[in-house]
Amino acid sequence: MDETPITLKGTADGILLKPRSHVWATVLEALEQALKEAEAFFRGSRLIMELGNRELTQDQLASLRALLMRYDIELWAVLSENETTVRLVRSNGVLTRLPKDTEAKKSPDDVLPPEQQALFLQQTLRSGQSIHYAGNVTLIGDVNPGAEIVAGGNIIVWGTLRGVAHAGAFGDEETAICALDLQPSQIRIAGYIGRAPDGRRGSAEPEVARIEGGQIVAEVWGRRG
Amino acid sequence: MAGKIITISSGKGGVGKTTATANLGLSLAILGKRVTCIDADIGLRNLDVMLGLENRIVYDIINFIEGRCRFRQALVRDKRFPELYMMAAAQTRDKNSITVEDMTKVAREAAEISDFVLIDSPAGIEHGFRYAVAPADLVLIVTNPEVTAVRDADRVIGLLEAEELAPAQLILNRYKPELVRRNEMLDPDTVIDLLAIDLIGIVPEDDKVFGAGNQGRPVALDEHSRAGKAFRNIGRRLTGEDVPFEALRKQTFIQRLFGSR
Repeated sequence: MDETPITLKGTADGILLKPRSHVWATVLEALEQALKEAEAFFRGSRLIMELGNRELTQDQLASLRALLMRYDIELWAVLSENETTVRLVRSNGVLTRLPKDTEAKKSPDDVLPPEQQALFLQQTLRSGQSIHYAGNVTLIGDVNPGAEIVAGGNIIVWGTLRGVAHAGAFGDEETAICALDLQPSQIRIAGYIGRAPDGRRGSAEPEVARIEGGQIVAEVWGRRG
Repeated sequence: MAGKIITISSGKGGVGKTTATANLGLSLAILGKRVTCIDADIGLRNLDVMLGLENRIVYDIINFIEGRCRFRQALVRDKRFPELYMMAAAQTRDKNSITVEDMTKVAREAAEISDFVLIDSPAGIEHGFRYAVAPADLVLIVTNPEVTAVRDADRVIGLLEAEELAPAQLILNRYKPELVRRNEMLDPDTVIDLLAIDLIGIVPEDDKVFGAGNQGRPVALDEHSRAGKAFRNIGRRLTGEDVPFEALRKQTFIQRLFGSR
């Protein structure tokens, strides 16, 4: 076994954490280190911890939650085969299994680098829901106000984008955000933030937003050149 | 066969959940159905007042859960319809007095003796909401044509979908055609388009609703109330009847002139 005390992986459901070290303090330390490195990416996302057979105590659960809270991450689910742990986790109001429809959406193979991976979703993304993904995100459906998509790569919404979208979350300024109907409350590309002018109803045509000349510019999609 | 358990929810407070619960309870009773309405808003009970049954409460839902009374004793029979019952919330307790299992047990027991069980959910998305929707076969989301209410409704629908709870249908309440005409209110199509769930009824704004609620005589009992008629239509749709939607979008000039409201 290698020395990494934890593995962290972005999935469609949230961040997947697998503790490897059996020393809880080491696990927390490694997690905090990882969260610090990409704070902006993780903020507001949710975490799933896969425990296998290992037992978790109330104190350990509490310390994990406290750490996640500092980074504004929700402990969403703890997957465990240990009955005592399952009971403990449930009594803390945390899921112990993933809702069925999302379970199938496991992350693609780790063979490809993140920027070549893509997540494909077909749903309405509703207020309070968020997708955090290291690669590109394609959504067939609407992103409603109060919902957000944060992607390391590009974001394509085949529908109306009314919520928040952040492309290039790791700093890639070449990424773009496309939507059939682009009327987001806010878009971010890498470190840039764009806000729709108040009262703008958006264009009736599909638009692409990207960085041009140091700011985010949205223009109607068309054949260029 | 056990009856259908329907939870009335909204996310945002003050959009008409309790009004809808009381009126749908009566609408179903008018159709001859056996109905039990459960007030799940522990600590802020209102349904009894709206149904005009406040002074008949002897035991409440917490009394039953804690084993202080039998199930039937916790039910208050309506004064108008002998097959309409209400179970009151406890006013002196809070929502932590009930677990998901408790509420599920109460709802299932009520379903044994009813065709429809209506659960009036507390506002919010916390514990109260969660136990209220847990036993539901169907959740009716009440919203107003206002941006804040629609946003909260969207959040609630998202939670129901994510946790694979019951399917949701929409009641658009307090709709005012004249405000939509002046672009001061979201029009129904925009709301339905955004929320992307089935519509089960649009209830027009009706001043009679206020007085009716205060007097414990919901508008569903009022032949001449437009809101009452809308609620009765939703009741009929709940029983599976195919009731066409009234075209209350835009009244024509002539209709306005002759006051067809």
